[in-house]
Amino acid sequence: MTPQTLFDKIWDSHVVRSVEKGPDVLYIDQHFIHEVTSPQAFNGLKERGIPVFRPDKTLATADHNIPTKDQHLPIKDELSRNQVEKLAENCKKYGIEFFGLNHPKNGIVHVIGPELGYTLPGMTIVCGDSHTSTHGAFGTIAFGIGTSEVEMVLATQCVLQSKPKKMKISVSGLLQKGVTSKDLILHIISQLSTNGATGYFIEYSGSALKALSMEGRMTICNMSIEMGARGGLIAPDETTIKYLSQIPSLSGRSDFNSLLKNWKELKSDPGAVFDREHEFHANEIKPMITYGTNPGMGMAVDATIPLITSKSAGIASFIKSHEYMGFKPGMKILGHRVDYVFLGSCTNGRIEDIRAFTQLVKGKKKAPDVTALIVPGSKRVEQQAINEGLDKILKDAGFELRQPGCSSCLAMNEDKIPAGKFSVSTSNRNFEGRQGPGARTLLVSPLTAAAAAVTGKITDPRDLLND
Amino acid sequence: MPKVKFDILETTCVPLPLENIDTDQIIPARFLSATSREGFGDNLFRDWRYNKSGEKNSEFILNDPRYSGKVLITGKNFGCGSSREHAVWAIYDYGFRAVVSSDLADIFRNNSLNNGLLPVVVPAKFLKYLLDLTGKDPDTRVRIDLGKQLFSVMPAGESVRFEINQYKKECLMKGLDDIDYLLSIMDLIKAYEFRNTLGK
Repeated sequence: MTPQTLFDKIWDSHVVRSVEKGPDVLYIDQHFIHEVTSPQAFNGLKERGIPVFRPDKTLATADHNIPTKDQHLPIKDELSRNQVEKLAENCKKYGIEFFGLNHPKNGIVHVIGPELGYTLPGMTIVCGDSHTSTHGAFGTIAFGIGTSEVEMVLATQCVLQSKPKKMKISVSGLLQKGVTSKDLILHIISQLSTNGATGYFIEYSGSALKALSMEGRMTICNMSIEMGARGGLIAPDETTIKYLSQIPSLSGRSDFNSLLKNWKELKSDPGAVFDREHEFHANEIKPMITYGTNPGMGMAVDATIPLITSKSAGIASFIKSHEYMGFKPGMKILGHRVDYVFLGSCTNGRIEDIRAFTQLVKGKKKAPDVTALIVPGSKRVEQQAINEGLDKILKDAGFELRQPGCSSCLAMNEDKIPAGKFSVSTSNRNFEGRQGPGARTLLVSPLTAAAAAVTGKITDPRDLLND
Repeated sequence: MPKVKFDILETTCVPLPLENIDTDQIIPARFLSATSREGFGDNLFRDWRYNKSGEKNSEFILNDPRYSGKVLITGKNFGCGSSREHAVWAIYDYGFRAVVSSDLADIFRNNSLNNGLLPVVVPAKFLKYLLDLTGKDPDTRVRIDLGKQLFSVMPAGESVRFEINQYKKECLMKGLDDIDYLLSIMDLIKAYEFRNTLGK
């Protein structure tokens, strides 16, 4: 038999039918929805007069458009409130499980899916959100879809998709102290560029990936989309199994042992062929930071902004980006002023991220001119941070732990960064206006965010880490 | 979704020669709180079209009275970032019926196809020619023949063939959508479920 990639194995086993000269009809095991990209899909069902085909395979949460303070009060903004209420209504009407505001299981869709045991190896997973790629950390085919496709899944539990090509990214060695999985993925994107993986689905492997926790792996897979990839996955291993075994709703299942057996078989065959392969060496990677307006414009935190040469593609876009950020080619941004720090999002809003940030700021004080937003990814993360006493350490250092949500990552709620301000952010996108009109975003790891928060300047976190 | 048939389009174009235009630029997140598909065109490229005080930015191409038309021509990797279909609704609602680039982001391309907005991918060299040409002459007319998969500069300028999935081409030309198709094969979907439940 021809050796197969893990991606092929999962994809092929979910094809209901291949349309002649067309896409595949792909069966979806788990569908997640949230308030922003679902209302028009429900309207579509209503217009067609059809039900949700498999309501038990869809899970809903409110995350994008909610406040991160005073969540017990009604949402102030009328449109936002209406959107969240619409989702609650639709879920009730169609029998979909909904973890709304104040529900103990509420949180960012890509944080709660894995932590509650909805995301399982070998699954196909979709959501009307591009960062659905996060779930690939568990060895799933997970990708973002548009609202028309959300409607397809609600109506038929299937989507029509053309099979992407396959890319393998292997990372040898181990990340050095002070360098996190966020730095690794920012490094990879800076090398492959913001559209370097368009049309591909990635499998990540190698010793550096193997050594990462599930949280770290989720950060990697999460940002696959930032180089244009449909998604990225990592084959399940002992780390995956251990994580899943600690979820009571899973380990209590009568078929848990047979699930475990299946999961252990999920890997690419030796000799499986990928359409493209890239290799990276973890030991060489430093803490990273972005200096431009797409996630591909990244460099080591102590580097200088690359010069634009006549060979640079898209010179007009580069110039526009530098003007927006207020930076010039050839300059260093180490030591540059920081106005805002954001810790959170589906990229870095998990307990490990809050621990890393807290570890660095412990015993120090927030820089007086910095406004910090520390936003847990879910109620569970929030509760765990409190259980571990992280909230107190943060408070002593001048930080406040907020309530969960997408928050300042896309600034749909009131957590907006003002125009012209420099925001050091653990989120995933530094697009113009992403964190608020005119806001200037620099993407970093939780450690680099913490270093900026206590110094008020772009700082190499390795200079502040204790032994 | 608009079930409008796409066949032949002859029109002037709007060139936007920037690369990596993300969906946050096409429609900023603060306009995503609506629960219907209508009206997003008013805020298309909002923060480029208007300045901070809400006045039109005269330097932006959509505010240039010399330019109009149903085709948006733009740099590579257009539509990257968020999966928001609102980006396509905004472009369509504004009046565009096709987006031409040398490379379009995956989710954006799917969303376009699902909404009757034709994604046309042309070679990088041809895109440069097209951006130069339309940048100099706002009256440049183009013709898109979906049946023949041909993009041409009129009256008899250069033309290129573009690729499109044959199934999606048929959907666009007949005004059909994927849900109609999927609903027509529900028996197959149920059979798939039955097989896979038994196997577990």
